[in-house]
This record gives sequence, structure tokens and C-alpha cells, in this order.
Amino acid sequence: MLQKVVRSAIIDAPIARVWEVLRDFNSHDQWHDVVDRSRIEHGEPSSRVGCVRSFTLKDGNRIREQLLGLSDSEWKSTYCILEATVPLHRYVATVTLKPVTDGDRTFWHWESSFEAPPGREAELRQMVAEGVYEAGFANLRRFLSLGHPPLVIPAQAGTQGLPAREVRLSRYGGPQELEAVPCTAASPGQGEVRICQLAIGINFLDVYLRRGWIPGMLPLPGVLGMEAAGTIIDVGPGVAGLLPGDPVAYLCPEPGAYRSIRTLAARHVVRLPQQVDAETAAALLLKGITADYLLRDLGRIRPGTRLLVHAAAGGVGSLLCAWAARLRATVVGTVSSEAKARIAREQGCAHVIVAPDGKFADTVQALCGGADVIVDGLGAAAVDENFAAAARRCHWISLGQASGPLPPLDPDRLLHKSMSFSRPVVFDYVATPGELQERADRVWRALEAGVLPAPRIERFALAAARDAHAKLESRASTGSLLLVP
Amino acid sequence: MVRVYVSSVIDADAAAVWQRIRDFNALPQWHPGIADSRIENGEPADKVGCVRNFHTRDGGRIRERLLALSDFDYSCSYAILESPMGVENYTATLKLTPVTDGGRTFAEWSAEFDCEPRREQELSDQIGGNVFQGGFSALKRHFGSRR
Repeated sequence: MLQKVVRSAIIDAPIARVWEVLRDFNSHDQWHDVVDRSRIEHGEPSSRVGCVRSFTLKDGNRIREQLLGLSDSEWKSTYCILEATVPLHRYVATVTLKPVTDGDRTFWHWESSFEAPPGREAELRQMVAEGVYEAGFANLRRFLSLGHPPLVIPAQAGTQGLPAREVRLSRYGGPQELEAVPCTAASPGQGEVRICQLAIGINFLDVYLRRGWIPGMLPLPGVLGMEAAGTIIDVGPGVAGLLPGDPVAYLCPEPGAYRSIRTLAARHVVRLPQQVDAETAAALLLKGITADYLLRDLGRIRPGTRLLVHAAAGGVGSLLCAWAARLRATVVGTVSSEAKARIAREQGCAHVIVAPDGKFADTVQALCGGADVIVDGLGAAAVDENFAAAARRCHWISLGQASGPLPPLDPDRLLHKSMSFSRPVVFDYVATPGELQERADRVWRALEAGVLPAPRIERFALAAARDAHAKLESRASTGSLLLVP
Repeated sequence: MVRVYVSSVIDADAAAVWQRIRDFNALPQWHPGIADSRIENGEPADKVGCVRNFHTRDGGRIRERLLALSDFDYSCSYAILESPMGVENYTATLKLTPVTDGGRTFAEWSAEFDCEPRREQELSDQIGGNVFQGGFSALKRHFGSRR
């Protein structure tokens, strides 16, 4: 006789929030008290149909369950037990969520059918209904309320603009052109969120924009900055999965992050996991994602790949060295001073070349016979040396131009060693919200696992943006510079 | 095809809410927007295929055919035969689901229809707001709040 259990509840949270947790087939050890440890077998994504979660309960029982179906349009997930130390046979369960449209709450329906050994039907029905489903409702409610530290939302939030401060650039030029002035942060429109920013990342791209090297990207007067982290103040219509109070970070192809409060498209925003604070996120998001696509997509780093990283102690450089070393690449870094060499070595550089004169090619050839992949943030000054340091079939990735704009490159020069050349922009590697989320997740996981070092952070007040830029350009900085509004 | 979906939570058992809305001829008893209603040809109000003929409080006349009625699922589906609204192929379903946690009811009311493209928003707002949400709000007032 097939046993059937149905339980349902109303959760006081929008459906996007509840679904975000439940669609992750491996999230239950975070929110359900009866689950002790859970992992997805074979390292598959935890929302891929067919994946298996293997978990232990706090009472010692062990269960393997397979995801049979997942629908983001119907907010529905179905799974079955493959193997268990509890006698639930042919157990199939379905979780369905529906929106409560007149209160922004969620209806959660959880039902299952199974066979039980004769005489134990009532006991097992009760265990599933109360121990798993009803306890799950209560546990998820608590999890959702814990996950969102209360935020002091400015009283005027809603339809009005909020008073804020921004760093304005009225004329292209040196750091002295940066000036902090009052401004208004507009209320979020369709698909937008308004963020109270706690930390703003500074990148070399900001310097290029300030100098007027890419005027099409920053018309004047303009506001610099491509990334920041903070807390959501309010969300506009049509925004799913983000709520006031959420800790978030973003990476945005339109500059404008040097502000205390910013309104921008929600598609550039990711929610932060609990273990990542705003300063770490602002220091790491753009640089970490850059390291991710350079190593994974462009450099295709494998064990033994000979990787040459310039500015190996810098923001992106140190992340590249650490991550590539973990991938068992042979990492050669160039730096401008002995102090930076020490940092680069700590991050996993097998060989560090101190090259204040810009000469490194002979040493690279002597050390490892040339580089398979070069990540070059130096630009103009290093062109000839890069050609000389390359191994056959080397892929030269031009990431920046700290020493000046890269001169036109004659494609015939690549013939000599069958080289390839690319000039990537990070925003093309996070063009969809899904891609951004996936890369951000990989960065947070690498941080948590200790693969990426916790960023070394130098803080500047928003009004001191010019000092931060001067520091970055002087090449005296190591690690990540932040503006703290 | 335009789709409208409205849902709500009512602080009463699903059986009690169903008792109030099950009768296909009972709209004037529970929905504030309906003035009067009768079932055509003297048929029983729970016979699938019967037609209710009613007036809204603003004077419009509407005829609707009962397409399905399930006391097991607490659900009822119907189609508009005639109305002044300018909708085509209009079908709707009203469904209740018990919320086991707290003994409440999750109520859903959805519709699909065709209309002139420029009137989609206006009709969605009117049907979702005045008709469906208006009905749910009246049920919530009737059964009161336990919280």
C-alpha cells in the first residue's frame, strides 16, 4: 500500500527568495536542522537534473537522493531516494512553490509517496510529515530571517531620490581632477536596484578612464568605478531574487561606482554568501572574475603550463599566481622590487624575476624554456620582451597598459612562433546574469577553500579618491585599493 | 493569449471557504462586484455545462458556462459566453488548497483570454484587481483574521 504525505505552509518571503534556496539541491544541510552533512556526488552542479546528493542525518542515518526534475518557471522540484538506511521504499517527493500575490509571500507545498514495511506505516508517515516537512518549514523560516541582517534603510526610501555623495570627473587628467560632491541617487526603475555602498573597488581601468584614454566609455562630467559592494536599499519593478537588506556586490560595464549610493541594473548584481563581507567582495569580485576567465577560458591552464604573469604582486597578478599554482601551472612572475618579489613568492610564484629595467625575456627562457601563456598588464614597454619570452604557440593576453598604450601590433610578428594574441574585457565574460553568478560563485569558493588569498586591502575615504589613484599609479601599492564611503 | 494570476491566503479551513464559493449561482452572496445571478433553464448550479446569467453592480450582463467542478480538488472552471468586456476565449479557474500549517487556505484564481493588444493591460488589471482580488478580499473580510 503506497503511503502519501502532504504538508504545506505559507512562508513570509517572496517566492524568488524561497526558491533560490530550495532549487539548490544541496542547500539542505545549511537550513534543515535534521541534515548533518551533504554533498553532490561527482562534483556536479547542485541544480542539474540527475545529480545525486549524499547526506547524513544528525541521527546517523545516511541517504542518497536523486534530483528527477527542476522547473524554474513552475518553481517545482522532484526527487527520489536511491538508497537509505531508513526503510522508505520507492520514495518520490515534490516541492512546489506558488506566489501569494496579495502579500508577496510564498505558498510551499511538499508531498511524497512511498512504501513502508508492514506495521511501520504510521510511524514513517509521521517521521516524514513532522520530522522532515514541518520541521523543514520552521527551519527555512529561521534560515531566511537569519540570512538577512537587519538594515537601517533611509526613511525616505521608496519613490524619491536619496541624498548621496559621488566622486566627479569634470576634466580628463591626473588624480587631482577627482572631486567629491553631493548628488542624488534616483529611486530604482524597472529592473533596477538601489544600493547603499560600503566598499568600492579601484581598478587600473579607472585610471585609464580618468586619463581620457577611452572617452567613449566615460563622457564628461562622469563618475568612475566599475565595482562595489553594499546592501540593497530598495528594488524596482521586475527585479527577482534581490530584496532590501540583501548583502550584494556588482560588476558593471557602465562606470559610476564611486558613489555612496548607486542605482543600477539588477542584472549586474550578485548576492553575497554569508562568509564574504562587503570589503572582501569589492576588493575581489572584478579581479577574481578576471583571474577566473584568464585561467579557465583564455589561458586554459593545465598542470605544467608555463605561465608568465607581469605585476605578479598586484591585484590581479597575485590572484593569478595563487590560482594557477593550485592548478599546478609553472608560474613565473615579474615584479619591480624585492618587496614585491616576496609577496609574489608567497602567492605561489615558482620563479620571480625582479625587473625594474623591464628586461625579463632571457631569464624566462633560461628558467623554463619560454612561456606558454603570458598575462600582460604592462603594455607598451614590454612588447619586445614578451615576444622574446614566448615559447612556441604562446598565447599572449594583453590585459592592461600600465606603461602606456600598446602600439599597433604587426600580425606577422605572431608568425615567428605561431603565437596568438588576445585583448579581453572582463564584461564580455559576465555578459549574462547566469555567467556572472557562476564566475562569482567560483571566486567565493576559491576564497573559502584558501586557493585565493584573502585580499590585502588598503582603504581610502570616498573624498580621498585622488590619493588612492596617486597610490595606484605610483606602483607603490600591492593588493587591492578600496574607497569606503 | 493573456494570462492573469491572483492568489491569497484566507484564515479558514479550505472546506469552509469551499462551502461559501462552491455554488456557481452564489456570486452575489460573496462577491461585492455582483448584483444578481440566476442559472438558465432551471438547471442545478453544480451541473457541469450549466450557464449562470448575472449582472455586475455597474450594470454589465455576463453569461458564463461551468466547465468543471471538483469537490475533491476544491476547484471550479468556467468560460465566458457573453460579456461587455471585449474578451475572447476566456476561461478561468478558481481553486483552493489547504495549508496544513495553521489550517488556512491558499486560494488561486487564474484566467486566460484573447483581446485587442492595446487593451491587454487594462483588462488584466481589471480582471486581476477588481474581479479576482476583489473576491479574495471579500472572503478574507468574511472569514476574518486569526493573526
